[in-house]
Amino acid sequence: MRGLIRSFVTTGATFLRKPVTREYPETHRELPERDRAFPLLLWDQQIDEPFCTGCHACERACPVECMTVLMKDNPNHTSQGGTSSRRKIIDKFWIDYGRCMRCNICVEVCNFDAIGMNNTWSGHESSAVDRLDLVMDLQQLLSQSRAGAVKPWIAP
Amino acid sequence: MTSILLPASHEFETQDIFVNMGPQHPSTHGVFRMVLEIDGEVVRDVLPYIGYLHRGAEKLCETMDYRQGIGFMDRTEYLAAFNAELSYVMAVEALAGIDVPERAQWIRMILCELNRLSSHFMFLGAFGVDVGVLGTSFTYAFRERENIFDLFEEICGDRMMYAYFRVGGLAWEVTDNFVTRVNQVLGMARQGIADLDGLLTQNEIFQARTRGIGHIPAADAIDWGMSGPSLRASGVALDVRRDEPYLFYPQVKFDVITGTNGDVYDRYLCRLREMHESIKIVEQCLQNLQPGPIVPERMSRLLRTPPGEVYIRTEAPRGEYGVYMVSNGGNRPWRCKVRSACLSNLQALRDMTVGHYVSDAVLILGSIDIVLSEVDR
Ligand code: SF4
Ligand code: SF4
Repeated sequence: MRGLIRSFVTTGATFLRKPVTREYPETHRELPERDRAFPLLLWDQQIDEPFCTGCHACERACPVECMTVLMKDNPNHTSQGGTSSRRKIIDKFWIDYGRCMRCNICVEVCNFDAIGMNNTWSGHESSAVDRLDLVMDLQQLLSQSRAGAVKPWIAP
Repeated sequence: MTSILLPASHEFETQDIFVNMGPQHPSTHGVFRMVLEIDGEVVRDVLPYIGYLHRGAEKLCETMDYRQGIGFMDRTEYLAAFNAELSYVMAVEALAGIDVPERAQWIRMILCELNRLSSHFMFLGAFGVDVGVLGTSFTYAFRERENIFDLFEEICGDRMMYAYFRVGGLAWEVTDNFVTRVNQVLGMARQGIADLDGLLTQNEIFQARTRGIGHIPAADAIDWGMSGPSLRASGVALDVRRDEPYLFYPQVKFDVITGTNGDVYDRYLCRLREMHESIKIVEQCLQNLQPGPIVPERMSRLLRTPPGEVYIRTEAPRGEYGVYMVSNGGNRPWRCKVRSACLSNLQALRDMTVGHYVSDAVLILGSIDIVLSEVDR
């Protein structure tokens, strides 16, 4: 009987504490800066082009081979009369979010800090009806950074 | 007793029936199937079927270089991913002869012990549900587990699949307020343990359900190759942290908790008391934590290991988690075998279950804190 009473005292005491739950879809917890959702490409606001040069380093290092990178000559390069110092630039880029295991390796190997892990809720709430909808192309990967909506944390 | 339907002399032809439990049964803690041969309500035989969660992580590791493999190790043991990563990176470090900086080792220890706490919380919660506490213990345990996961998320960005340990050290430095946050989490964990302790341990109904159930003697437990709290509950004081120390475990004081009866209740109690030891260890680690580098100064970017083989074992929440790694001189393991505690602990299931009621079978399976991703890999 004593043990039972102790159980009831415990539940009673917990009942009086502040709730720790949230009404999830309505309210969101604030995510820490280092939160890792899915990788995104970053936008160089100064020159108005992606940071990514299409060097394939991330593609080679990805353990699940979920990235596809194609590069092209940069039409905005200074030799072409443009303003950019990037000789090559990303042409097409796909990341299959359905396969990505969010290991952060692509961010680590990138020498240009051109890719980062989405640390906002948009990265976590990315369910789709069709698997193919999870294959992100260059525009989708860049749009959030281009709009200034994300600032991924990249380990120094 | 005479029946009005059948003459008194009639002999019933009774037969044992087979009941299929799982693989989608919520109380099997994953996808595990066991076929129970039951006589009335008493279990006569158990036939476990495993392999529903087999992803071939060991084989995959052979195609991955050493950094890529870390992510797969997380997934072999998703409730204590830090512990799984630790065995893997320590095996590579032993092969390549890398010295890990002190600070990285202390942080590794802190994170592993916190991970043990979170894993044991998960056990307490799920075990309560197995016993029949409905959701209460589960929500209590998850509340505390969330606190620990919040801390992990602040440090490495992910709540379960950390991918934070690297060969040679850590992926990046911890947050600036690491020490205060850990202390805060420890305080909350203490409260959570007290809550679950108060809810379950002395509860008469809980004791009636768990005492004397699923007994396994020490000799049998050793024969089956059990390890971790499931073995210690039978009275065998084997703890890899103490008996084959790694990291800085020799420098911290902690007790190896053992039980006496080896029944379900003791296995529960062992884990509960072990959590206090984990808190003790983390506190001592925090005192020893000094600023310094977290990766060795000279680390080549392309890691190759000399040919050789190594077996590294660590104490994961469920027991001995070992990685046997063979290298043939490349940048990836030639063979990476994972010795998981759960698979060995599961072998004793038949010995523990036979003779008990069907409802206790659920309890016994829960008491070895089974994680099917670790069994199947
Ligand atoms: S994201 Fe970085 S590593 Fe990947 S292709 Fe672009 S520049 Fe290279
Ligand atoms: S996070 Fe890992 S799995 Fe995902 S794209 Fe980057 S390297 Fe590949």
